[in-house]
Amino acid sequence: MSRIGVAFDKARADGRAVLVGCMPAGFPTVEGSIAAMTAMVEAGVDVIEVEIPYSDPVMDGPVIQKASDIALAGGVRTADTLRIIEAVAATGAPVVTMTYWNPIEQYGVDAFARDLAAAGGTGLITPDLIPDEAGEWLAASDAYGLDRTFLVSPSSTDARLRMTVEHCRGFVYATAIMGVTGARSQTSDAAPVLVSRLREVTELPVGVGLGVGTGAQAATVAGYADGVIVGSALIRRLLDAPDLDAGLAALRTLSAELAEGVRNPTR
Amino acid sequence: MSADVTTPAGQFPDSAGHFGRFGGRFVPEALVAALDELDAAYRKAMTDEEFLAEFAALLRDYAGTPSLLYPAGRFSAKIGARVLLKREDLNHTGAHKVRNVLGQALLTRRMGKRRVIAETGAGQHGVATATAAALFDLDCVVYMGEVDTERQALNVARMRMLGATVIPVTTGSRTLKDAMNEAMRDWVANVDDTHYLIGTAAGPHPFPEMVRDFVRGIGDEARQQCLDLTGGLPDAVLACVGGGSNALGIFHAFVPDTDVRLYGFEAGGDGVDTDRHAASITGGTPGVLHGARTYVLQNADGQTVESHSISAGLDYPGVGPEHAWLHDSGRARYQPVTDREAMAAFELLCRTEGIIPAIESAHALAGAVQIAPQLAAELGREPLLVVNLSGRGDKDVHTAGEYFGILDKEQ
Ligand SMILES: Cc1ncc(COP(=O)(O)O)c(C=O)c1O
Repeated sequence: MSRIGVAFDKARADGRAVLVGCMPAGFPTVEGSIAAMTAMVEAGVDVIEVEIPYSDPVMDGPVIQKASDIALAGGVRTADTLRIIEAVAATGAPVVTMTYWNPIEQYGVDAFARDLAAAGGTGLITPDLIPDEAGEWLAASDAYGLDRTFLVSPSSTDARLRMTVEHCRGFVYATAIMGVTGARSQTSDAAPVLVSRLREVTELPVGVGLGVGTGAQAATVAGYADGVIVGSALIRRLLDAPDLDAGLAALRTLSAELAEGVRNPTR
Repeated sequence: MSADVTTPAGQFPDSAGHFGRFGGRFVPEALVAALDELDAAYRKAMTDEEFLAEFAALLRDYAGTPSLLYPAGRFSAKIGARVLLKREDLNHTGAHKVRNVLGQALLTRRMGKRRVIAETGAGQHGVATATAAALFDLDCVVYMGEVDTERQALNVARMRMLGATVIPVTTGSRTLKDAMNEAMRDWVANVDDTHYLIGTAAGPHPFPEMVRDFVRGIGDEARQQCLDLTGGLPDAVLACVGGGSNALGIFHAFVPDTDVRLYGFEAGGDGVDTDRHAASITGGTPGVLHGARTYVLQNADGQTVESHSISAGLDYPGVGPEHAWLHDSGRARYQPVTDREAMAAFELLCRTEGIIPAIESAHALAGAVQIAPQLAAELGREPLLVVNLSGRGDKDVHTAGEYFGILDKEQ
C-alpha cells in the first residue's frame, strides 16, 4: 500500500480525517517554501501537497494564481520542485504533487515519474488531466509505483465517477463546489452528496477540497470525508504576512487549528 | 443555404476530438459534463433540418453572407499574382467571427442556457458575441486582457453599447491567453446556466471541430465562387492564423483538393528568431494549452511564454489543434509574417483597392506578397490566389495611424 494509503488508514482507525495542506513550490522562494511546508508538518498537517507553479492555472482562484506567479517570477524550475519534494519528504510526511499537465509533458512523463519516485514523492494530483487522456501517465505511474489522484466533481455522471475511481490509486479528490480554488465562507452542500455517491463505487479514501479555510469547516468536512484538503487559506497566511517569519507563525496557527478540526469531525 | 455544413468532416478528428496526436480534452473533470452536453447538442443540430435552416437564414439575412469573392485587380498587378479576396470584412460586425458566434448562440438557446461568456483579444469576437447576445436576448460577459482593453478601446465601447459586461483581466500577461483562463474559471463555476462561446477553433473537444463547422461556409462559398468566376480552382488558398478559425473556415472545403496549396500565415512580430512573436507553429513546440494538445509558445518547463504581435487578434501563444495536425501532415504550410511585412501589405491594400483590412488579415495579404514570386516560378505562370480578408480595419485605425505616424500630435 502507498504511504498515502497508510496515512488514510491510520487516520480512519483514529476516527479522524487526514489533513492535506497545499503550497506552491518555490513560493515565496525555494527555501521559503521548504520552510513553510516543514512548519505545516510540525503543526499537524498530515500530507503535503506540493503544487508545481504554472503560468495558466485554470482551476485556481486568485490566491494560488498570485502565489504561483511569485514562484515563477522568482525563477523556480520543475527540477527545483523535485528538490523541494525531496526536502519535505524527509520530514516523514507523505508528499503528493499537484500539477497541471503541460509541465509534466515537457519534462517527459516517464522521466518525471522516475525522478518523482526517486525524490520520495507519492504520486500526482492532476487537475487538468482526466483518465481519458492519461495513457502515458497510467503506464509511467505503474512503472514507478506512484499514486494517481484524478478529480471528480458534482457534475460528474455516475459512469464517469466509476471510470475515474477505477484509474485512481491512493485517494480520489472530490471538488466540493463547482468553481476554482479559494477559501469560502461556507462549505458546500454538494460535497457530502458527491462523497456518498463515491462511496457507492469505491473503497478508496476520498479527499475533499476547494473552499475550506477554518477549523470549523475542516471539522464539518471531516464528518463525511477521509481527507480535508486546504490550499488558499494556508497560502494567504504567507501572502498577507509582512515577512516570512510572521507568515510561518500564522501558517502554524492555522495548521494547528485545521489539525484540531479534522480530529473533531462533526457527525 | 449558402454552406452545406452537414458534409462529413472526413477522418478527423476522432470521436474524442483527436487530430492525430493533437486536440483532445485536457480540462478539469468539472467541465466534462458540459463539454459532453455541448457535443451532443452540436451533433444533433448538424443533422437537424430546423437548426440548419435557421442558421442559414441568419447567415444570409443577418450576417450578409455569402460574402463576395472580389478580384483585386490593382493589388494583383502590384504583387504578380491574380488575387481573389474573400470579403469577410463585409459581414455584419466586420469579420468572419460572426458566423461562429451565430452558430454557437443558436446552440446556447437550444441547450436552454441563459448566459454566454467569451474571451476576446482584438475585441472582434467580443463584439460579435455581444451582438449575438443582444439578438438572442442572452446575458453576456466578455473577458478581455487589460492590455487589450487599452489598445482596442473602441471595441470595448461597442460591446458595452450592445449590453455586454466587459471584464478587464489583470492576471498574467493581461492579454488574450489570460482572458481565456478567466473565462474558463467563470465557466467552471457557472456551467449550469452558461455557455462558453469560444472565439476560435481552439480549446477542448468539441470546440475546434464545432467552430470549424460553423465557419466552413467561408471556404464552401469561396470554392464555388472561384469555380464560377475562373472556371477552375485556385493554386493556393491563404489565410492568417491566430487561433485558426478564419484559416480553417476557408481551408476546409479545399482540403480534399490536393492540387490546391493551403498557406497559413502566423504573426511573426519582430521575427520568429526573436522572442517577440506569436508564431506558435513555426516558432513553438507541441504542448498542452487551454484544453488541447497543440503547438504552444513555451519554455523548457512548459510555462507559456508571452506572445507579441502588432495584431491583437493574432497575439496568442497557441493555435487550434487541427492546424497542428495539418502542419504535421504537410497538407497545409505555415509561415511567419512580421509586423513590418503585414503593415506594408496593409498599406498596399488601402492604396490599391480602397479597402482598409484588419491587421490580422493584412498578414494573409503579406503572405500573398511572400509566395507570389516563388509560386509563379514553380508554375511558370501567374498564380491564382484566394486570400481570406477575414476582417475590416476600422478597429485598427488607431494602431495603424500610430505605426505610420499619420495621427495629429494631440491624438
Ligand atoms: C479579423 C480577424 N481575423 C483573424 C483573427 C484571428 O483569429 P482566427 O485565427 O481564429 O481566425 C481575428 C481575431 O480576433 C480577427 O479579428
